Amino acid sequence: MTARLRGACFPALLFAALAVALAFLVLPVLAIFLETSPAQLVDSLGDPSSRDALRLSVIATTIAVAIVVLVGTPVAWLLATRRFRGRELVVTLLELPLVLPPAVAGIGLLAALGPQGILGGLLDQLGIRLVLETAGVVVALVFVSAPFHLRAAQSAFAAVDRSWLEASRTLGAGEARTFARVAVPAALPGLAAGVALSWGRALGEFGATLMFAGSFRDITQTVPLAIYDRFATDFDGALALSAVLVVVSAALLLSVKLLARDHGADALR
Amino acid sequence: MLSAELRTRVGALELEVALEVPAGACVALAGPSGAGKTTVLRAVAGLVRPDAGRIACGGETWLDTAAGRSLPPERRGCGYLFQDYALFGHLSVWRNVAYGLRGLPRAQRRERALELLERFGVAALADRRPGSLSGGERQRVALARALAARPRALLLDEPLSALDARSRGRAARELVRLLRELDVPVLLVTHDFAEAASLGDEVAVLDGGRIVQQGTAAALAARPASGFVADFTGAAVLTGRVAVRGDGEGALTVVALDGGGEVRSTDAGEGPVAVAVHPWEVTLEPAAAPASGSSASNRLAAEVVSVTEVGNRVRVGLALPQPLTAEVTRDSVRRLALAPGTRVQAVWKAAATRVTPH
Repeated sequence: MTARLRGACFPALLFAALAVALAFLVLPVLAIFLETSPAQLVDSLGDPSSRDALRLSVIATTIAVAIVVLVGTPVAWLLATRRFRGRELVVTLLELPLVLPPAVAGIGLLAALGPQGILGGLLDQLGIRLVLETAGVVVALVFVSAPFHLRAAQSAFAAVDRSWLEASRTLGAGEARTFARVAVPAALPGLAAGVALSWGRALGEFGATLMFAGSFRDITQTVPLAIYDRFATDFDGALALSAVLVVVSAALLLSVKLLARDHGADALR
Repeated sequence: MLSAELRTRVGALELEVALEVPAGACVALAGPSGAGKTTVLRAVAGLVRPDAGRIACGGETWLDTAAGRSLPPERRGCGYLFQDYALFGHLSVWRNVAYGLRGLPRAQRRERALELLERFGVAALADRRPGSLSGGERQRVALARALAARPRALLLDEPLSALDARSRGRAARELVRLLRELDVPVLLVTHDFAEAASLGDEVAVLDGGRIVQQGTAAALAARPASGFVADFTGAAVLTGRVAVRGDGEGALTVVALDGGGEVRSTDAGEGPVAVAVHPWEVTLEPAAAPASGSSASNRLAAEVVSVTEVGNRVRVGLALPQPLTAEVTRDSVRRLALAPGTRVQAVWKAAATRVTPH
């Protein structure tokens, strides 16, 4: 083989790998739409149980992502800006839910927050019920989606030019003001990516929700649970609902990314 | 008056520095990279906490490790010009300048920011983003920002090093004018002696974590305290060993150079020494020129290694065989037909020769 041929070989291999990956990852998504007629899509939206599931999914994921952002962003800032003993351990513990099977997450949540769980008695005294309640769905969603935002936000904050943060301090701004006025705007694209990732994860959440909160229409049955519920009896209905979920997820992710690009483009320069 | 006295470790370096900068004066802290210059500046600003020390400015104590007192950077009120200027990329130019102006309504903040930008001749850029500015423009915006909140001291970290050669000269002249107008202490850090000399009222040379000499640039160049300072000020430094000890008065010291040749100096010295001579003290003569009729007592055969134009002068690199530099006019280069390989005599006075322990 001549040197030139050898040189062309590797790029060709790269493109072949890309073609395989693209085909494999896109085909199932494409199939959902190819197997669903527009009429079925509209029909499925007209079905009250589908509308309930969709509404519940949007509300529960919105609340969950809001909690993740409000608590997770300061945590990510702390981890990105401070060095302390055991920091690596803390980071690893926070990332653990990433690799946890959803069923394990569900069992864990039950053992911790269920009626017989560690904090079950305390929650009961406070009059808080999570299991088989919408609040339980939110808890499950926060648990599985938080690490995505934490990871992305932490690396986004770590990538902010340190001299910007120091300049802000010498210009009279304390840490809180520096965080709000410099760090967050500068890290916005990364933060938005974190929101998009955790929101996507929350929208698709299935196992932990099923085990911890159950699958009751209008209370805990989010779209993925509704799809599973129908799949045995009404495959076409499940397919149509899947298509709706794909569209909603894609629209959410796209709008978050576009929003961040408009606000954050200059921050990257 | 800004006074700083601090001791801290930077990697393997033990930094121990004491400095005083009177109000309205500029002290240039100069030294090679890795000498700990920026750490001193950061400690003064409060961005890094030294192991021990005291920093005070205008009667207020900013740091006193013995008393456990350390003001955070936001309460010290230092104007800090960062080496890469550190302009906030997500804010427009005027908002960058107005960042330090708090408690004022928006209209007034903008007005004050525009005033400052006007002073630096960049008011037209007020609504642009820093990303679209040239290096010189950024530097002026960063200076305006550092001065906006009327700082109690101004700290400049390599203020000219991020600029290209063309804009550097102009920026340096503007900076000199600005420093003359300011009535706060200014501490400046640079690795370039020429820059330190043109910007600082005094130059403090930092080497190995300590200030080895402090004084006016002229005094440092004329009387370097060590071979390092001599080298840093731009002098050529030759190494050798004292062959004949002078007394520092009448009798000259004779130094046998490593690699051959002898140099005479009015300075006293003994043992291994560094001999420093500034390029502008060295004249060149044809290899066969007679020594008679010259007051210069140093006359060494040398070979031209390089000929480089520097502004209106020409810098001639020589091999004694130790490297030596002479600065001559273009005319002389033509007259002596100087080119790499030409044999010449390098001539300078014993009085222009500094001898320091090596």
